[in-house]
Amino acid sequence: MSVILNALKEQFGKAILDVVEFRGEDTVIATKESAHKILKHCRDELAFDYLVDISSLDLLGEEPRFEMVYELYALGNGSNQHLRIKFKVAEDEKVDSVTDLWKTAKWHEREVYDMMGIEFNGLADHRRILMWEGYPYHPLRKDFPLAGRPTELPDVAFTEKAPLAGGPFVTSPTSASTSHREPRSRDFD
Amino acid sequence: MPDDTTQHAAYDSKVEGNVIFTKVDAAINWMRSNSLWPMPMGLACCGIELMASGASRFDIARFGAEVMRFSPRQADVMIVAGTVTYKMSLAVKRIWDQMPEPKWCIAMGACASSGGMYRSYATLQGIDNLIPVDVYVSGCPPRPEALLEGLMKLQKKVTEEESSMAHFQADSARTLETSKA
Repeated sequence: MSVILNALKEQFGKAILDVVEFRGEDTVIATKESAHKILKHCRDELAFDYLVDISSLDLLGEEPRFEMVYELYALGNGSNQHLRIKFKVAEDEKVDSVTDLWKTAKWHEREVYDMMGIEFNGLADHRRILMWEGYPYHPLRKDFPLAGRPTELPDVAFTEKAPLAGGPFVTSPTSASTSHREPRSRDFD
Repeated sequence: MPDDTTQHAAYDSKVEGNVIFTKVDAAINWMRSNSLWPMPMGLACCGIELMASGASRFDIARFGAEVMRFSPRQADVMIVAGTVTYKMSLAVKRIWDQMPEPKWCIAMGACASSGGMYRSYATLQGIDNLIPVDVYVSGCPPRPEALLEGLMKLQKKVTEEESSMAHFQADSARTLETSKA
């Protein structure tokens, strides 16, 4: 096991549910409550000075429903270390913002809020970043249809369901021939 | 022998070459159609082809439309080049509203015309949902030649308009409104 995973396990004990090492990629699965503490430790003690990305997963049907993913990178000390920290979030829970650790977290967290509807404690600015202000849905959730839902924001904007016209036109991973893999009109209902 | 008093002014050697006879509409439309200043609404890859149309190889200047205006107040034709997301559509509409009349719109490419391959919650399914479109150019993205043909189509449309009539009608409508008030 890598030095970093060992150090983290030693430091946080039960707050770390699992560690995964896969082809040199280190992943820490943490509890939601301790996540901020672990991230702060990674920045201050382990030289992870660069927050590459924050993303989120919707595991619809599972409990808790959402999962947060933080990608860290050690840029300053030249070690090129990469670390991923994950934790689960229930639908009615809020996540502690890391904008106090990395300023860049602001846009990432706004995107997570906009697309997935996860709210953050300590994020001052819950404005939409990709959809417009007043849009009522969080479109990357699994139970949101690709075609969208009709919305109406009087005097500002309205949307209608997009005509899928036999789509969605997506590639299908398969070992069959190219014509099976190519994006074609397929029925997904 | 023609009578001196009925002789045509155009044959007067003193003014010959300086006076032409035409209709007001024809003159206005000739001026408008050969000097269509575009508002380049480049939103995606079509914007790159639009730039190519403006550069030396395709040279949109041959049609008098090389003056890309980045202020809507100086533009005549909005070229919507690319995917219009719902978020951007608010800005596109606002810019269109700021363009002075007379104004025209070219929907360049599949996305601007119909949403193209972006059948999703995020994409406006054709800019004609928001603003009136005069010419649709097919392609994904269209070649610069296709855009130039679209521009020529628009020029033809402009030359067939009843420009003075529209002006006077608007004028009389305004007079009517003020007299009512």
